Amino acid sequence: MSGLHKKPSSELAQMLRSGEVTSVQLTELFLDRAEKLNPLTNSFLKINRQTALEQAKHADELIQAGKAPSVLTGVPIAVKDNLTTTDAITTAGSKILENYLPQYDSTVVSKLRAAAMPILGKTNLDEFAMGSSTEFSAYGPSKNPWDLERIPGGSGGGSSSAVSGFLAPIAIGSDTGGSIRFPAAATGSVGAKPTYGAVSRYGLIALASSLDQVGPVTNDVLDAALLQDVIAGHDPMDSTSLVDSLGQMADFASKTDVKGLRVGVIKQLASDGFQPGVKARFDESIQLLIDAGAEIVEVDCPSFEYAVSAYYLILPAEASSNLARFDAVRFGQRVLPEGNPTIERVMAATREAGFGPEVKRRIILGTYALSSGYYDAYYGSAQKVRTLIQQDFAKAFASADVLISPTAPTTAFKFGEKLDDPLAMYLNDVATIPANLAGIPGISVPNGLAENDLPSGLQILAAAQNDGVMYSAAAGIEKLQNDQWGKRMIDFAPELEVN
Amino acid sequence: MSEITPENVRHLASLARILVTDEEVEKLAKELDVIVESVAMVKGAVSDDTPATSHPIPMSNVYREDVVKPSLSQQQALSNAPDQADGKFKVNAILDEE
Amino acid sequence: MAKAELMDFDEAIEKYEVVIGLEVHVELNTNTKMFCGCANEFGEQPNTNVCPVCLGLPGALPVVNGKAVEYSIAIGLALNCSIAGDGRFARKNYFYPDLSKNFQTSQYDEPIAYEGQLEVPVASGKVYNVAIERAHMEEDAGKLSHVGGVGRIQGAEYSLVDFNRAGVPLVEIVTKPIFDSGAEAPELASAYVRQIREIVKAMDVSDARMERGNVRCDANVSLRPKGQQRLGTRTETKNVNSLRSVENAVRYEIQRQAAILAAGDEITQETRHWHEDKKYTSAGRPKSDADDYRYFPEPDLVPVQPTEELIEEIRTRLPENPASRRARLQQEWSLSDNEFRDIVNSDLLDEVDSTVSLGVSAQSAKKWWTGEIARIANLEGKEITELSVTPEDVAEIEKMISAGKLNDRLAREALSGVIAGEGSVAEVVSARGLEVVSDDGALTAAVDKALAEQPDVLEKIRAGKEQAAGAIIGSVMKEMRGQADAGRVRELILERAKS
Repeated sequence: MSGLHKKPSSELAQMLRSGEVTSVQLTELFLDRAEKLNPLTNSFLKINRQTALEQAKHADELIQAGKAPSVLTGVPIAVKDNLTTTDAITTAGSKILENYLPQYDSTVVSKLRAAAMPILGKTNLDEFAMGSSTEFSAYGPSKNPWDLERIPGGSGGGSSSAVSGFLAPIAIGSDTGGSIRFPAAATGSVGAKPTYGAVSRYGLIALASSLDQVGPVTNDVLDAALLQDVIAGHDPMDSTSLVDSLGQMADFASKTDVKGLRVGVIKQLASDGFQPGVKARFDESIQLLIDAGAEIVEVDCPSFEYAVSAYYLILPAEASSNLARFDAVRFGQRVLPEGNPTIERVMAATREAGFGPEVKRRIILGTYALSSGYYDAYYGSAQKVRTLIQQDFAKAFASADVLISPTAPTTAFKFGEKLDDPLAMYLNDVATIPANLAGIPGISVPNGLAENDLPSGLQILAAAQNDGVMYSAAAGIEKLQNDQWGKRMIDFAPELEVN
Repeated sequence: MSEITPENVRHLASLARILVTDEEVEKLAKELDVIVESVAMVKGAVSDDTPATSHPIPMSNVYREDVVKPSLSQQQALSNAPDQADGKFKVNAILDEE
Repeated sequence: MAKAELMDFDEAIEKYEVVIGLEVHVELNTNTKMFCGCANEFGEQPNTNVCPVCLGLPGALPVVNGKAVEYSIAIGLALNCSIAGDGRFARKNYFYPDLSKNFQTSQYDEPIAYEGQLEVPVASGKVYNVAIERAHMEEDAGKLSHVGGVGRIQGAEYSLVDFNRAGVPLVEIVTKPIFDSGAEAPELASAYVRQIREIVKAMDVSDARMERGNVRCDANVSLRPKGQQRLGTRTETKNVNSLRSVENAVRYEIQRQAAILAAGDEITQETRHWHEDKKYTSAGRPKSDADDYRYFPEPDLVPVQPTEELIEEIRTRLPENPASRRARLQQEWSLSDNEFRDIVNSDLLDEVDSTVSLGVSAQSAKKWWTGEIARIANLEGKEITELSVTPEDVAEIEKMISAGKLNDRLAREALSGVIAGEGSVAEVVSARGLEVVSDDGALTAAVDKALAEQPDVLEKIRAGKEQAAGAIIGSVMKEMRGQADAGRVRELILERAKS
């Protein structure tokens, strides 16, 4: 059964059902790989061998009894460490939550348990998902399996490096401004951000409530669709959860014909600021689409110019309030300053010691954006830009079924490259942010090798609640890519070796 | 003109309950000033009559039935408490000794 | 703390115009909290009615209690407010250890109800038309207790937090400034709060017990020299927990502020605390620029948009407005203003009304409730509503009195038995053997015996001094252990004496 670890989850699922392999075997295989390779990639903050194997045993029993609750039953999974789990410490990448064992399971984790998918462990992220590289994790950065000197994207670099390094066959991420899609692009994997509200946020440690969305991190589009089918659905615990089902994504992902598909190329995301290789791969993909019978239209989204600015006002504002609860009263670390301090001073000292520099920066920025006298100019204007961006999208989707752009301006950059320049780091998300501001679904699929022989990504966006259209288009483009390159992009990745 | 002064930062940090050293204040003021200068462009993008969007997907009237659901036990509630006494969360004094 | 210098009240009113504003918090009596399914009960074991939502645990999300919204609309309608077609929740951000998320979910610029008015009569017969600015929904905070020192926040060694009350639904009703009440300001303030309390009680949306904090009042008071346009600096006296306290606190603030202004000093804008035991207010936290609550729309909750149908349906369910009900009942019962005010001031309108509707005369019903029952409640240090006596019991007692089966003394004894929990009126009467002796034979024998023992009295009666019979009645009642109908005894005495 060599090469099993590189198989997509859809195939592993078939093998589980046919009895070719058991969930315990698969789970052990990935646990072994994870334990061996994690010292290289730092993908996992915590690997849960014991509980994963218990869950695998349970999955095998269900499969044998013919009672598998889900297509993916028995397939082990990695979960980003900003989703609460009652059986594993949940840190959100922050020192302030060191040793925090949640009193409840997030809805997504409950759904994984209900589907009997063993949870291998919790993956690394930038602290509270603030960052694009995992360099802001309090527990050290994750490394890109393609080049261990480089970032695996962020904030979900733990999940992307786990999946692209085959430490896990499939993983969960969260995306506030590109935290699923950029890591996918940077590691040659697939990452999807569903429509806002398609997946419950209950138990997702909030970064920015109106932007956050949980989604799949996988090695192909069908896997992403299958996983979205497991985790999506109305949740009465989340007031912003969509009521109506968006359909079975796996069905959409099995339609790969792009003939007649109206593909919009966003003018503002197809020109300046992208590495030449990234831009060249993108243009080649447009040609592939034309050759396959898709109709290419240029769409104009003038307000995208303001998207990054609006995002870096809305996100910090909401985050400053969401992170106020980390105050050393009900949970979390408590830092006692010298002498006989008041609770106010204890809170301030705890937050000083427990939060990293980027978190502090954004909290203070958000506090500023909301403060009296500045609200209208900053937060208020940013919320209005949001309307303009929605209007741009509405216009674009009137003439196109999906919109495409490069996922990120560059391939994976080196550690430290953007660490001292917050603005440069922020601009990395220029192409992914508009989807979060508008709540629409977006997916990144591999788009060939670009600068430094590293993967680049292609982003596909669809109108709100049209996740199915997005998955069909993504599956179609993925097929064109695989046909062009002869194999999956991820199969170009170097084997990870422990010296 | 720099919009974010060290004095601003001190005030904002105190509102946000984050202790900052003088050194950090200087550094944060410089960094935030650059960021604010950049993001301030949103002011010019909109007009008074542009509606604001607070929720990406329009929804309204999402309510819960008024039916009691199980709560945590006291032990569960306090399981992560940094300090506790008598079934309650224990915190340092609220006011300084005078 | 020393009491402040006070100016004579009449002098203060002569010199200054009084402006008051009242903020009343009404705790709703829903089954569950505002944003989670925890029971809306507190005061028992600490931290047992708590969950991830009201404890503010990472990742937890609020969901609005629909019943609380309906109750809030009902309150708005009863205060003749307009109901917002598009209301929103907002976060009020500030750190305090009893605030689990370090923001209070409240409403800011889009309250559920606005622009109402309430007619409030006072003793002079004048009716004030109090303008209501708004009524909005919000959640309560947890409860702090202070340990060490004298158990107050000042000088405490540490504090303890119980979050059972955190998230309990509140409606805050805010008046516009009230300008023209002059010397009647203190009385008007308390009459207003009384009326709010009656309204929410009649609608059964709150238990409305001030002593339990179900209804709390913050009173804003400012003075300005007569003729001055500009408003004076105001103080806000917090959590005044009885009607008497409202009146006293407003009166005190008028006198205190007048003394300060007369001395040429300035009023400090601050919150103050009322001390009912010693009848003074003390300074709390000064208001300052640092109070920047950074309100913004709550991204985790969606807008509240009640339909016209819902609003109209709630309107049709509103009970009779308390003021018109009072007017109607006073007329129906033919009671004088004083008699009627007795009932209202003792908060016994509902009890008397129910008793009257069971066929008891208004005078008798009033006599029982404001007399004997109030006396016992007072003796036991309880609220009348806490005693186990019902309007049915009172009606039963009255029926037995009319039928001559009980006399006044026996009736009081029966009542005390009922209150002691010995059962229904009939059960108490039978168990204690309280029924009046109506057997003329036994009575006649007792009368004859008494007359024989007191020949001098017999002489007087025979001489036509019938009032002397009182002495004989006393002896007979003593002989009969009180269980005789005094009227019948008197008749028998006169009959036997003259025979």
